[in-house]
Amino acid sequence: MTDDRIDVLWRVESPRVIARLMRLVGDLDTAEELAQDVFVSAIEKWRSEGVPDNPAAWLNTTAKFLAIDRLRRRDVQRGKYRLVAASEPETYEVSEDQTLADDLLGLIFMACHPILSPDARSALTLKLVCGLSTEDVARAFLTPVPTIAQRIVRAKKTLAAAKVRFELPDDRKPRTDAVREVIYLVFNEGYAATSGDRWIRGDLCAEALRLGRMLAALTPNDTETLGLLALIEIQASRLRARETPDGEPIMLDDQDRTRWDRLLIRRGLATLDRIEQLGGTTGPYALQAAIASCHARAARYEDTDWERMTALYDGLARISPSPVVELNRAVATARAFGPAAGLEVLEPLFALPSLAQYHLLNAVAGDLHCRHGDHATAREHFLTAAARTQNAADRSTMQRRASECAAGHS
Amino acid sequence: MRYMLMHYETQADEDGVKPTPETIAKVGEYVQELSMSGVLLAGEGVASSKQGARLEVENGDVRVIDGPFAEAKELIGGFAILEVDSLAEAIEHARRYALLIGVERVDVRKVNEFDDLQ
Repeated sequence: MTDDRIDVLWRVESPRVIARLMRLVGDLDTAEELAQDVFVSAIEKWRSEGVPDNPAAWLNTTAKFLAIDRLRRRDVQRGKYRLVAASEPETYEVSEDQTLADDLLGLIFMACHPILSPDARSALTLKLVCGLSTEDVARAFLTPVPTIAQRIVRAKKTLAAAKVRFELPDDRKPRTDAVREVIYLVFNEGYAATSGDRWIRGDLCAEALRLGRMLAALTPNDTETLGLLALIEIQASRLRARETPDGEPIMLDDQDRTRWDRLLIRRGLATLDRIEQLGGTTGPYALQAAIASCHARAARYEDTDWERMTALYDGLARISPSPVVELNRAVATARAFGPAAGLEVLEPLFALPSLAQYHLLNAVAGDLHCRHGDHATAREHFLTAAARTQNAADRSTMQRRASECAAGHS
Repeated sequence: MRYMLMHYETQADEDGVKPTPETIAKVGEYVQELSMSGVLLAGEGVASSKQGARLEVENGDVRVIDGPFAEAKELIGGFAILEVDSLAEAIEHARRYALLIGVERVDVRKVNEFDDLQ
């Protein structure tokens, strides 16, 4: 009974405990090790005496006590501990609002440090900031537990070797960029799963949302973070409408919009309003969120404001050009101004080496040619898309559309 | 999964006694805490029942009763909706709230989602 309770408390309290410890002892390995000691002490004590009414306070007090003890033993000569020991552990308050926020932000910055690979950043962040176990992280990424465990150990070694310690850099912007990337990466891995049998992995989306909300709470006036949060909340609002019970994808135009999550849409739209108040509507995430809101605001697919969306994509293509943006711009343009206009945007993309193996390029081309009445070309594109995708559900959709084209052609 | 936390009013709330700046600060602190945990989806407080109404339906007859209602401590004073992994996790967040604000009762209820109703 107590052990289950400890699992839950680890999930809820360990990010705070680790963040605090990191400020006290400076390095991640020691902080994490001490946090584990704190929870082991909790199990031992609570088994005999029962769980206290305020376990959070107990865990924090114990964490601080263990940290001071460790520092005292480690480097008495340097007199470091005196700084920490100056405040009495017994009077330690759980909610030191601002510093807790800074501690958590420092922890996130460390886990998302640019010297780590994106894979390592995601794994470390989910473990430290979301309080997931190594097993949970492995399950989320459909990766063997030893691989994830090794990835995390290596990441911590890399941080230690580079002498990265707890820090809140003066210029937080580049570091926040790195954090947003991790959050969006985790979200997208869940939203359009690149591996596995299903094309959505809800657990990863949920963790990304949790992280996005945390980051937005820690940096409330950062319009790009708000943009990212609005974007993933609005996208997540469609999760349960995006696949059949068997995990087959349902495209936007076929989705039952009554199944969209109104609460998430409302949150996303409210965040967009806030971005507008702060004057940050032209950032890449804010623009993408505004694009997503064009769908969220439309009660029916045919009500979508495609012209507004095309204009937003034009803006995005100017400030943050990428082949994928062009691909989406082609789709929006086709909806607003007809398939021929869309194909015009799409055509140059076939020359790009980066998209040569990208199944969605063919999927979109198939769709536009189909609507333009060229079913034979459309069928070829759908078959190519089916051959290139790594995702089983995607493949069967592409095959179905290819055979529909064959039927339309005959 | 989503849980709704509901706390209950005191007679003072119902009598229209304005919360003290300390209470307001504590509520703010709690909202900040919940936001930093990444679990808060929505939350509102509700005004005293004087500003509300109750509908009672019997055999198809609707009776509208204007507030205030009796029994302040059975009235909801506010709610929060959390996105968490389990009931146990929702309870741990509710515990923080109860201890921080000093309310006497908090109910934790699972919010039915579309798939629960299929």
